Amino acid sequence: MSGAPSVGSPPRPAAGDRQDGSDRAAYRATLVELAQADPRIWCLDSDMGGLEKQFEAVLPEQYVDLGIAEANLMSVGAALASTGILPFVNTMAAFASARALEQVKIDIAYHRLPVRIVATHSGLSAGQLGPTHHAQQDLAAMRTLPHMTVMTPADAAETVRMVKAAAYLPGPVYIRLGRGPTDPVYDGDAGFTVGEAVQLRTGGDVTIVAAGSHPVLFALEAADRLAARGVAATVLNMHTIKPLDVAAVVRAAERTAGIVTVEDHSLLGGLGGAVAEAVAEHRPTRVLRVGVSDAFASRPGGHRDQLTAGGVSPDRVVAAAEAVLSGRPLLPADRAGEHDRTVHSHTVHHSQTVKESAS
Amino acid sequence: MSVQTAEPVTGEDALGDELRGRALAVREHVLRIGAGANGAHVGGSLSAADILVALYFAVLRVRPQEPDWAGRDHFVLSKGHAGAALYATLAERGFLPVPELDTYGSPAGRLMAHPTPAVPGVEFATGSLGHGLSLATGLALAARRAGRPNRVFTLMGDGELQEGSVWEAAMAAAHLKLDNLTAVVDRNRLQISGPTEGRMGLEPLADKWRAFGWEVAEVDGHDFDELVPALRAAPASGRPTVLIAETVKGRGVRHLEHRKQSHFAKLGEAAYERALAALRASA
Repeated sequence: MSGAPSVGSPPRPAAGDRQDGSDRAAYRATLVELAQADPRIWCLDSDMGGLEKQFEAVLPEQYVDLGIAEANLMSVGAALASTGILPFVNTMAAFASARALEQVKIDIAYHRLPVRIVATHSGLSAGQLGPTHHAQQDLAAMRTLPHMTVMTPADAAETVRMVKAAAYLPGPVYIRLGRGPTDPVYDGDAGFTVGEAVQLRTGGDVTIVAAGSHPVLFALEAADRLAARGVAATVLNMHTIKPLDVAAVVRAAERTAGIVTVEDHSLLGGLGGAVAEAVAEHRPTRVLRVGVSDAFASRPGGHRDQLTAGGVSPDRVVAAAEAVLSGRPLLPADRAGEHDRTVHSHTVHHSQTVKESAS
Repeated sequence: MSVQTAEPVTGEDALGDELRGRALAVREHVLRIGAGANGAHVGGSLSAADILVALYFAVLRVRPQEPDWAGRDHFVLSKGHAGAALYATLAERGFLPVPELDTYGSPAGRLMAHPTPAVPGVEFATGSLGHGLSLATGLALAARRAGRPNRVFTLMGDGELQEGSVWEAAMAAAHLKLDNLTAVVDRNRLQISGPTEGRMGLEPLADKWRAFGWEVAEVDGHDFDELVPALRAAPASGRPTVLIAETVKGRGVRHLEHRKQSHFAKLGEAAYERALAALRASA
């Protein structure tokens, strides 16, 4: 994907737009900027809130709100793309990757149409909104669709670079964003190439591969803590899940004792799954996955709370790195801070509870 | 016909003869495909045949040698299980060689049982129901915003209207005032398990569409004298149009008509000969 533009400068915020450090705000400002320069770039809304002010007010002829109807939204996006329009489709990850997945699969992916699906509230970023709005399966769903490019940025600045690169990729693109502000990962400008991991730290003992804002920040924090103990970690920001940078993964497997993956996504089928597949095939080594346990959230809580409860935290990354280095398994003590994510169901039968490990 | 416009080069009588001849040919192709190794959705293909022929031979501005011509009218076969009828119509219209129809469903060919865009003239892959009206809505919106005169047509099954996404699209097309969009419902009143009204009722169907903001016309889906003017009609200003085309599942083969068993058929040699004879006898 070397033909993708590599762009570094942050956008000038559009009127009424407030840059709060979130990938979502950075994305929206970038989208307006791109669309002002290219009338083929459209914004398809699904009552997300705010786009009518930020985009429609500026470029009404390149804006459509399809209402709260995500299946139709995806098909309309596909049809527009078939005529030469470059639609950015806006919805939440939960709806893009589950409710409307069939339309994404058939109408967009099967036809290899240049629809850019930009999904907010990915992973557990919907926080206290609960499992109806969590999307801990979207990477697994999207990366199994042929032709789909799947990306997630580490911070607001990388979002700008990613969205600009995505605008002119030939096929469909899925970009997963979060919800609230996150700390910056990058100081100043950096390059961006679709499908090429960014090496944020270099160390010879263990490799931490992370995707998404919190996971990358957790990886960096864990690397600092490991360094204080004399352990040197390589940290890769794997912003593109598909096509995966297999060469970077293989280099990590060759040069360090093993790999820890970190993601705001189910342990099943996301970044950890993709890395494990590549390693198993090309250069077998130990891979420990830090991701959301295979269960629904059982308690309210913000994004960080949900991640901790689900098993994604800097502590967990450190523990996994130490387990890789010492060759030990992950121990119950490594699960400190993780909540019981058992969901007590009152809809099945009052005398029954759905237990993760029923006796 | 070297048609690039909707207008026939000769009079209406000649057009009627042309359409009836093409419809018979399409039905013969459908039966032959149904007699092939893979069978076909014969019943719904036969109910849709006249609508497809009316569109491709009297209404749509298309260029068979230039399927992606930007000035074309768009057609999306939303009831993708009638793929055999679509391929047969496209072949008759010159988009692909008629002998290629014998490769339907064969790994050596490109004719996937449900329409695939690998086939010239197929705008979108369909077969999972409830997608076509949304796709047509997007195509109509693109033409409208660009100021292009392209019209957009889609053909849906009646059972298909049980899919919720159809009504998402119905709402959107009316809201967006897409009067360049015409949907046709192949109202053959049968789905796999039996009558639509017994499985999941659709009536009052015309009222449903009217309530969604559509211009509604009810036509005989096997009468070209009704179909062609209705499909050609200048659009109602500011509203999309739906034609509820009353049809007969299995139309043209008397012993298959009105029978749910015709939904999917793999015709053995004797059954094929019998069906072909019945078709020709009724033509």
